[in-house]
Amino acid sequence: MTAPDLECRALTKRFAPDAPPAVDGVGFSVPSGSFFSILGPSGCGKTTIMRMVAGFLEPSGGDILIRGRSVLSVPPNKRPVNMVFQHLALFPMMNVAENIGYGLRRRGTSKPEIARKVGDVLERIGLPEIGTRRVDELSGGQKQRVAIARCMVLDPDVLLLDEPLGALDLKLREHMKVELKALQAAFGTTFVYITHDQSEALVMSDAVAVMNRGRFEQIGSAQDLYYRPQTPFVAGFVGDSNRWRGRVTRVDGESLELQTDGGLTLRAARNGRAIAAGDRAEVFVRPEAIHPARDAAALEGCANMLRGEVSTLLFNGAASRVRVRPEGAGADTEIEVALPQSGAFAGLARGDDVWIGWTDAQAGAFAAAAAE
Amino acid sequence: MTTAPKHLKLTVAATALLALAQPAAADTLRLLTWGGYAPEGVIEMFEAETGHTVEVTLSNNEEMIAKLRATGGGGFDLAQPSQDRIAGPQEEFGIYKPMDLSRIDAAQFIPSMLEATKDNTTVGGEVYGVPHVWGTSGLVLDTAKAGMVADYTDLCAPEVAGQVSYRLRRPTLIGFAFAMGMDPFAAYGDEAAYAEILEQVESKLIECKPNVKTYWGGGDELMNLVRSGEVVAAMAWDTGGWKLNEDNPDVTFVAPASGALGWVDTFVLPAKGQADDAAYAWINFVMQPEVAAMITEVAGNFTASKGADEFAPDALKAKYQASFTPEALDNIKWYPPVPAGLEAIEGGVLDRVKAAN
Amino acid sequence: MTGTSARLGFVLLLAPAALWLTLLIVIPHIDLFLVSLRERIGVGQYTTSFANYGTFLDEPLYLMTFARTAIMSVLATALTLLIGFPVAYYIAKLARGRTRSVLFLLCLVPFWVSELVRTFGWMILLRETGLVSSLLQWAGLAAGPVELLYNDAAIMVGLVYTSMLFMVVPLITTLDSLDDAVIEAGYDLGGSAPSILREIVIPHAMPGIVSGCIVVFMLSLGNYLTPIMLGGKDSLWFTELIYSQFILRFNWELGAAFGFVLLLLSSVIVWGTLRLTGQTLRETMG
Repeated sequence: MTAPDLECRALTKRFAPDAPPAVDGVGFSVPSGSFFSILGPSGCGKTTIMRMVAGFLEPSGGDILIRGRSVLSVPPNKRPVNMVFQHLALFPMMNVAENIGYGLRRRGTSKPEIARKVGDVLERIGLPEIGTRRVDELSGGQKQRVAIARCMVLDPDVLLLDEPLGALDLKLREHMKVELKALQAAFGTTFVYITHDQSEALVMSDAVAVMNRGRFEQIGSAQDLYYRPQTPFVAGFVGDSNRWRGRVTRVDGESLELQTDGGLTLRAARNGRAIAAGDRAEVFVRPEAIHPARDAAALEGCANMLRGEVSTLLFNGAASRVRVRPEGAGADTEIEVALPQSGAFAGLARGDDVWIGWTDAQAGAFAAAAAE
Repeated sequence: MTTAPKHLKLTVAATALLALAQPAAADTLRLLTWGGYAPEGVIEMFEAETGHTVEVTLSNNEEMIAKLRATGGGGFDLAQPSQDRIAGPQEEFGIYKPMDLSRIDAAQFIPSMLEATKDNTTVGGEVYGVPHVWGTSGLVLDTAKAGMVADYTDLCAPEVAGQVSYRLRRPTLIGFAFAMGMDPFAAYGDEAAYAEILEQVESKLIECKPNVKTYWGGGDELMNLVRSGEVVAAMAWDTGGWKLNEDNPDVTFVAPASGALGWVDTFVLPAKGQADDAAYAWINFVMQPEVAAMITEVAGNFTASKGADEFAPDALKAKYQASFTPEALDNIKWYPPVPAGLEAIEGGVLDRVKAAN
Repeated sequence: MTGTSARLGFVLLLAPAALWLTLLIVIPHIDLFLVSLRERIGVGQYTTSFANYGTFLDEPLYLMTFARTAIMSVLATALTLLIGFPVAYYIAKLARGRTRSVLFLLCLVPFWVSELVRTFGWMILLRETGLVSSLLQWAGLAAGPVELLYNDAAIMVGLVYTSMLFMVVPLITTLDSLDDAVIEAGYDLGGSAPSILREIVIPHAMPGIVSGCIVVFMLSLGNYLTPIMLGGKDSLWFTELIYSQFILRFNWELGAAFGFVLLLLSSVIVWGTLRLTGQTLRETMG
């Protein structure tokens, strides 16, 4: 078993002695050739981790290993790690070929070798003819690929990407997601990708770490994070959820009953987490886990069944939803429900009476103390 | 330069208006002169007595001529260049107008001086200038450290190496020529002979250059150099030496063995002067002995006013007598008018001295 | 209708500048050029010829002074750049917040007093009985008084001091516009500090370097006070020649010719520098 390409151990960074740490004891390892993302809201410390790995910041504690070797004492220009910057940071004073050849020139590679390697990498990113173009003549997507090529030509052990899609418009961003993943697969290099955009992380990554307040909440595959969140933060941050707070009235094995602050009685699963009767808890339910029905009979097998009135229609093609205000709950309680793509409920209108229901397994409960 | 004609027009307009309102004609006298020649007190007295107002612009010989040349003799009503700088520029540029001697009170002047200046400033039969202030240039020495310096050429002696200063201007060329036993004034009329004299002076000055600390440019600069003790022997004006003497009794003005160089600053009327009445009034006013003595006190130099000596400060008289023995006084070399074109030869020499290593 | 009024507005906006240029720059220059073409053939008599320019070329002293002025100005410019660049880099890239404004202000402070006073300041420091000389003696580094004034080094010090701001400001502006990430990218891709300076920072700052150099060079070339006051007996500066021709020799014709030669020289050197560095005037000034 070879060492992972990148491993961080109890990595900590404090910018001031009395301030809370920006990065607090984070540990993870990225296996060779995989696409690893760190997902978190802005200010969570993900860029700090990236800059420590690249060598621009010195950790206050912990260790960084690349292929099993600590790189703490290695300056940034000697680390086998390269970075694609948020605004790409292409060298405006050089043309595309010079940009890509920069690192090779610094290594003392011979001129013909540089020309060959630059030609190769341009070929691989699908832009073989642009070597002599000026950087400011490129389109956003081309710049993106050149920035990656500039790093890849050096054959780094790990490529760091710091929200490189942030500056692109939506359509191009969607396109580049796919392309990035394909490039990564083609080069076979380990990518560590930072983003606050969950869709970028979920689409491209083999593994995603969700980060909040300097700590990793959960590391796992996209499916793990989406379907099996381990913390309320992950449950709330990844994907959309209906969310309730309340007091647990009864615990029955893995299943529990909760009285929400809005006055609803719900059944949820505790998935092995320690929650006892009388605790305060939070329950998350995804909109697509909730089934709409014309009558209660259609919802057989659902532990939770509510009757309500459609308050808002959110039409968005295949991803259309409705908001339902359940009977017996406060006016501010609304439940978002995904409409089945069969089109069975296409005729639903505002004010219509509907039944909604979901199984208790689809409703994850978390102890509220941990949520604060 | 562009503002001068406008200024002129305004003044003309203002003068015309004033002339209409006041037949007695109170003018503004625009006086182009040296520092110290028009003290505040004198101006106040003059304005009170005549009703004219005085605007003073301070300058030096070269700049006075340059200013007048730029406007063809306009912008000022009365100027005070040295007497040797009148005939040449007048022939070349026509920047002055003749004096009406009948409007000047000749009795107030020392007769010999008035006659000499009239001779020196006559062009085409017309007299252009009358004398005002006179003085000399010679040696300013720290007698304790540079007592051996008796003439300009002694400034090149090893005893004072690196502690000497003089100006790189024409008085230095003339002074060195005399000290080297030649008579440059006699050669004024003969360009070739003059050039030959200057050639010798040039090689002397180049030879002397390592001895020089710096060529001084302004009076203040020289005063600082001597006062700080960095310079112990310099070629300078008599008043500079007397002023330094007040701070340090060792320092004084010494007439060089070959003779001090005497200059006379005059009154001339610029060609386009607008206030001749006020100009003549000013000349007659400042030449009164009491007023002339006030100017002597400020400027440090004596005037061509007859009888003003009586009113001059005793301390200044004492310094003057200490610097000038009767023989030294007789030996003063008065600058004759500079023929047009000599400056070009001198300029070449000065440039080469400056460039020499 | 709108086109006409827009054009009228444009003309009105431009009028003061055009008037200023014509009255104070173009007309005097034409006049001066005509003066430079006059040759004095006798008392008050002139003819038109290039004799004054001939005099300039014939007299080795004038050519030498000219060359000396140009070389010293180039040297002063290079020195200013050498000293100003790290200062500008520090202010633009390393200093933050208050420190930054304070440092910038410090560069500006010398310009609150007139050039004459500044030059006198240097004279007080450098003269034989001055501060530096006394300090050296006090520290035992010099046996007797040291004269630091009245030589070319003193001129250089004065010129560099006078020009510093005009180099630092355009440098700060261009360095400021260089994204820090670009420098980091340089390190990240294996660049060392000298190579990043050479391949990234300097090429980026080139417009600022060139415009700073042009301004400093012109200021040095056209400086009069500093060389005269600090340079002493060996200070040969071309502006001094122009002054002496105009004021001391009454030779406006030659003075005007000198003026035009100086104009030509500075234009040629600026043009040459732009060509050599591959910059255009538009990039540099825009």
